[in-house]
Amino acid sequence: MMITYRMFAVWRRNFTVYKTFYKASLVGNIGEPVLYLFAMGFGIGSYITEMEGLSYIEYIAPGLIITSSMYSATFECTFGSFTRLTVQRTFDSILNTPVSLSELVMGEITWGMTKSMISGTTMMIIMTLFGLYTPDYSLPLILLTIMLTGYIFAAAALCCSSIAPSYDFFNYYFTLFITPMFFLSGVFFPMDNFPEAFQWFSQILPATGSVSLLRYFFHGIVSSPLYFSFCLLVVLSLGLTIAAIKITRNRLIK
Amino acid sequence: MCQSPYIVEAQSLCKLYNGVAAVSGINFRIKRGELYGFLGPNGAGKTTTMRMIQCVSPITSGSLTVNGMFVGRDDRDIKAIIGVAPQDDSLDQDLSVIDNLVVYAGYFDIPRNKAISIGEGLLKFFHMEERKKARIDSLSGGMRRRLVIARALINSPTILILDEPASGLDPQARHLIWEKLRDLKSQGASMILTTHYMEEASQLCDRISIMDQGSIVLTGNPTGLVKENVGNEVIEFSISDNADKILGSINERYEIDGDLCIIYAKNPSSVLGKLAKYEISSLSRRPATLEDLFLKTTGRQLKSGP
Ligand SMILES: Nc1ncnc2c1ncn2[C@@H]1O[C@H](COP(=O)(O)OP(=O)(O)OP(=O)(O)O)[C@@H](O)[C@H]1O
Ligand SMILES: [Mg+2]
Repeated sequence: MMITYRMFAVWRRNFTVYKTFYKASLVGNIGEPVLYLFAMGFGIGSYITEMEGLSYIEYIAPGLIITSSMYSATFECTFGSFTRLTVQRTFDSILNTPVSLSELVMGEITWGMTKSMISGTTMMIIMTLFGLYTPDYSLPLILLTIMLTGYIFAAAALCCSSIAPSYDFFNYYFTLFITPMFFLSGVFFPMDNFPEAFQWFSQILPATGSVSLLRYFFHGIVSSPLYFSFCLLVVLSLGLTIAAIKITRNRLIK
Repeated sequence: MCQSPYIVEAQSLCKLYNGVAAVSGINFRIKRGELYGFLGPNGAGKTTTMRMIQCVSPITSGSLTVNGMFVGRDDRDIKAIIGVAPQDDSLDQDLSVIDNLVVYAGYFDIPRNKAISIGEGLLKFFHMEERKKARIDSLSGGMRRRLVIARALINSPTILILDEPASGLDPQARHLIWEKLRDLKSQGASMILTTHYMEEASQLCDRISIMDQGSIVLTGNPTGLVKENVGNEVIEFSISDNADKILGSINERYEIDGDLCIIYAKNPSSVLGKLAKYEISSLSRRPATLEDLFLKTTGRQLKSGP
């Protein structure tokens, strides 16, 4: 399973498509976080005076960046990749060329990651404008965390697409995996008051690690073992890459 | 590399899908510059054979070489010299006509500027230059198929694989594609095509293989095969009560399909002379065609398939 620069031809294909409708996509990227900030920050936030020494809006800001990255990569590599895999037969055409299956998979994952970088970066800019973040030495580390998060969710979503018989299957993925991640990874509240089993479960969710890393880079608050979180993200990236290649191969090579 | 006169060689080539044979031990050799056709009823294994040559469907057993390289070992190098126009419409719906070509060229590592100029040349060749910026869903079936073939040519392939290039098209669109395939052939391209159109096979192909249920039943030059296996003319008439007697008196191969009797005549005038003795209504005679050969070798009955 040789992976060469040819994976970028696949990435470039997706980028070429993106360029034709990036405006619509950016409206979502900008509109959504602003909506969240208003609803959660000013709406709910006005009832919560303080969270671990922060205003509520400050408390949730890092987590919102992670959830937005998570959803971007997830949508791209579920509905997007699945359409290319089945209805549009894009993957079939690509496999007729010297691009290998592993490169195809890597091109899709890195594209999903790119999409999450786009929404993550947009979020960062908006938060900076709202005064929720002041750029400093932590910026590259924040971007790296967003990148890893995007990569993991893109790879996981591609695994799901490659076993999905139809679009309906994604209901399971979102209900059983993505939505719990949204609520249980410490974005909106600390997990401390939950039963111990939940706390453990929360610790191994990839988004939990990302959220606590980002919260540390934003506010210096340590809410989970940071090195563990970082290593977990790296290990998950590698594991999910291998899984995605294997599962997609089973689906496409007959 | 020592150049063999054959561009594709298959020996005892087999493909099983979950233990069920789709291709069961076929042998064939395609010469350089040849236009080679695969014919056969639905499910005969044509597409499966093409997909093995394209290195997208792993072979179960046997050996298959393309330009001296081994399928299963040199896949990336083989794919680099093959152009594929698949049976199913697989154009990139998200991209414009020209971007379909340019992006596809990217998979072959062709730089963008070069890809644009090759792409524009191909669109011109296929009379599509005004539709350069069009969306795929605005194209007619004939244009889509031309674009699929244009896309297959983007890497200047040594060998072109066309899986049913003209299926589902109106006669004008079909003839335009045939004309273009002839042009390509005169430029020296090696081509493999699968088809259900007998006219296509007899007009275009230097040699054909007729497949049935995963095996090759016949191989040869279309005209020669018809002469050899069917005869010169076909005489058809409705069967009357004394059919047995009539058919017993003629010394030619025949077939009965419902109430139609079909005689494959090597010597048509002698057959007609004998038939004249009987009162036969609705008798017709016509030159033997590839269709006769096809129906004769693969059977007239619709198969439920393996
Ligand atoms: N992915 C697959 N899994 C299982 N069986 C398959 C698969 N692809 C093809 N087959 C079977 O292999 C046999 C040969 O199919 P193939 O598509 O090669 O036929 P074909 O000659 O191209 O037919 P057509 O003229 O309809 O295109 C058929 O019985 C088909 O059902
Ligand atoms: Mg077929």
